[in-house]
Amino acid sequence: MDQAPPRNLGFLTPQAGKNTLLSWIGSTDHKRIGLLYMACILTMFAVGVGIGLTLRLKLITPGNHLLAPQTYNALFTLHGVIMIFMVVIPSIPASFGNIFLPLQIGAEDVSFPRLNLFSWWLYVLGSSLALISIFTGNGPPDTGWTFYVPFSAKTTTNVSLAVIAVFVLGFSSILTGLNFITTIHRLRAPGMTWGKMPLFTWSLYATAWIQVLVTPVLGITAMLIFAERVLNLGLFDPGRGGDPLLYQHLFWIYSHPAVYIMILPAMGVISDIVPVFARKQIFGYKMIAFSSLAIAFAGSLVWAHHMFTSGMSDLAIWVFSLLTFIVAIPSAIKVFNWVATLHRGAIALEPPLLYALGFIFMFSVGGLTGLVQGAAGTDIHVHDTYFIVGHFHYVIFGGTGLGMFAAMHYWFPKIFGRMYDKTKAFISFWIILVGMNLLYFPMFVLGLEGMPRRYYDYLPQYATGQFLSTVGSWILAAGMAIMFANLIASIRNGRPVGSNPWGGASLEWSVSSPPPANNFTTEPVVTRGPYDFDGVVVDD
Amino acid sequence: MTEHKDYAGSKMGMWLFLFTEILLFGGLFLLYSAYLHRYPGEFHEAGKTENLVLGGANTVILIGSSFTVALSITALRLGKIKHCLILLGLTVVLALSFLVNKFFEWSAKFSQGIYPGSEHMKTLPAGENVFNSLYFAMTGLHGLHVIIGSVLLSVVAVFVARGRVNRDDFVILENAGLYWHLVDLIWIFLFPLFYLIA
Amino acid sequence: MEHESKSPHILSYGFLTGIFAVLMVLTATTIIVSRIELGFMNVVVALSVASAKAALVVFFFMHLKYENWTLKIMVLLAFVLLAICIGFTFFDIGPRT
Repeated sequence: MDQAPPRNLGFLTPQAGKNTLLSWIGSTDHKRIGLLYMACILTMFAVGVGIGLTLRLKLITPGNHLLAPQTYNALFTLHGVIMIFMVVIPSIPASFGNIFLPLQIGAEDVSFPRLNLFSWWLYVLGSSLALISIFTGNGPPDTGWTFYVPFSAKTTTNVSLAVIAVFVLGFSSILTGLNFITTIHRLRAPGMTWGKMPLFTWSLYATAWIQVLVTPVLGITAMLIFAERVLNLGLFDPGRGGDPLLYQHLFWIYSHPAVYIMILPAMGVISDIVPVFARKQIFGYKMIAFSSLAIAFAGSLVWAHHMFTSGMSDLAIWVFSLLTFIVAIPSAIKVFNWVATLHRGAIALEPPLLYALGFIFMFSVGGLTGLVQGAAGTDIHVHDTYFIVGHFHYVIFGGTGLGMFAAMHYWFPKIFGRMYDKTKAFISFWIILVGMNLLYFPMFVLGLEGMPRRYYDYLPQYATGQFLSTVGSWILAAGMAIMFANLIASIRNGRPVGSNPWGGASLEWSVSSPPPANNFTTEPVVTRGPYDFDGVVVDD
Repeated sequence: MTEHKDYAGSKMGMWLFLFTEILLFGGLFLLYSAYLHRYPGEFHEAGKTENLVLGGANTVILIGSSFTVALSITALRLGKIKHCLILLGLTVVLALSFLVNKFFEWSAKFSQGIYPGSEHMKTLPAGENVFNSLYFAMTGLHGLHVIIGSVLLSVVAVFVARGRVNRDDFVILENAGLYWHLVDLIWIFLFPLFYLIA
Repeated sequence: MEHESKSPHILSYGFLTGIFAVLMVLTATTIIVSRIELGFMNVVVALSVASAKAALVVFFFMHLKYENWTLKIMVLLAFVLLAICIGFTFFDIGPRT
């Protein structure tokens, strides 16, 4: 074999004279921190998937006792807590956001690099506490990830430790958001006006505002559950004058905007990918940027659409249902603009675009079913049924999940300086798409037919749907296994690539792959827009 | 790598953190509002058990401490290090006085059988029960922030004494001051809600 | 981003003392008014005075009056969101309790 010249590993270069582990877990380089997050998030994702597969296995036929009922309750609680707080909420912002935000705006790092590292350590602490809560005390929480009172105040399982974990994880999320807002305001390179920022950056900005403003409400909610349990405070105890619905209000004031924390960055990824693989200026840049802000704001007004059947007043039901329909509009604007960008573009069907198209499809299905839930009348029928479970898996997994996979396939060559096997990427995509739809589509039917969620067992009439769903889970898992195996192997064995294999126009493609430790040798002066492909050279 | 500090960015970061504190307490203010609406008479009754003298004194103390910390920033920027340190010391003393008063208030309540989850509280009318629970939750969380702020100000005072925070690089003092003013702000709203409701 | 010069505005001892004096007057006022029976207006007056005090602390002690518009809008945004959260909850609480 020829002696190839040693490749420049950029920021991945082992630091001479420093303990390797410390040079990573003590690093304030946003790119390393982003990869640290990525490793932890994907690990927790694997755990969450494992729990999901176990739940699906229990549900494959009615009447079996593969899991004890208490175990089942604990597992669906853990599945939710892990997936939401440890995987999806940090997913794209903490990993790709950290790696690419400074690069996309031409900065050296984020505004507060040490705070960034501290955020990661908080994430590790919170995740550890959550995992410990599985094994200590009276076992893992069995309340569902929503921790509703009065059960969460009374159950003897390890809710107290779990809510401390949630608090710590929330703090991590807040600090990341705070860092990103300041970075975007203060560290844009000369010429990088707000109107020249990539839409991924815009999406991180909108997301960061939600993180900073509503996560504290989750913080106080977690503290209040702790106070109910440990101090016997009684603020939500009807026997002492409390109102359990106020807990639900506080919980959803965070947890509804949280879903926009989950989806906005994924939408930002799609907005960055589509123009590159259509070789065309994005349609309606300003509207997409504005719609991110609109979603962030409007999404903070609609939380009680999770409470239509709770015993809330009719006025509240009416108002929140109306507002929920308004939130759908900016999302629809994005979908329209993506499709319009593709129209008459020079389409290059590479893996990132394929995953982006998968996102658009899955998110549209999920979003449309959201309208059924937003209309209070129909929600009475589907609330707490499998219809809801299908809806949120379509938007969260089919949406943010595929968005994450798209980001992985888009930015992998930039981070590692290598290309993965595109054929394996294509194959895994189709298997994943088939598996996802087989797993989640039957849930809409099951829900409409009346099967409640979180139930340990079910009537024989639901058996077909449940069986198909479980088979879908296996196909999905297989597809993801192939996908991850491909990517992980390619870190070492992939074909080396240059700085711009896809021909992107945003700033991250102007530096080497992997990027150098200090990002830019000289501060860039920005003259072109992020989707202005004139004169962009593909460097494969 | 260029090493220039970003004064405006540092301040922006601190304000963003203050927003999180506003929303954190905001959740408790939400609960208070909802329950006040539900139990107006009983909140009025329960408010009579509050010690207006101690509460009023604490208000003066805390606003006074905001005053002293603001003065300390002016002092530093005018190069008056000694004034700055005295004012910061005064701020911390006022903060500790606040906590002492709180200790007396809470002790008095405990001795009357009013504490979270007490049997006596369960015998009270529902609204009074909620009022007292909110009292402990809100003044408790606030008191925790008084402690945090005191520690923060003390640490910054050490930085000032050592010259690490000085008239050319004072953003750390300003940011600590901002945090302290927020603690004061929260009390400005807690005071009428608990002490002037009678 | 251009390097902004540090805020040149220093609040004098005298000015700060003036603000403190006003805050003390407002505190005394709100205590005195609370002793007068005004029914529901008691809460309104108390919270209005508290808001006035808060505004003085925010604009002067916290220096917001002299900061740039970006920061001022951010502060407004945070308070607006809090108001919405509490206000919209009353769509439920109002008719129901």
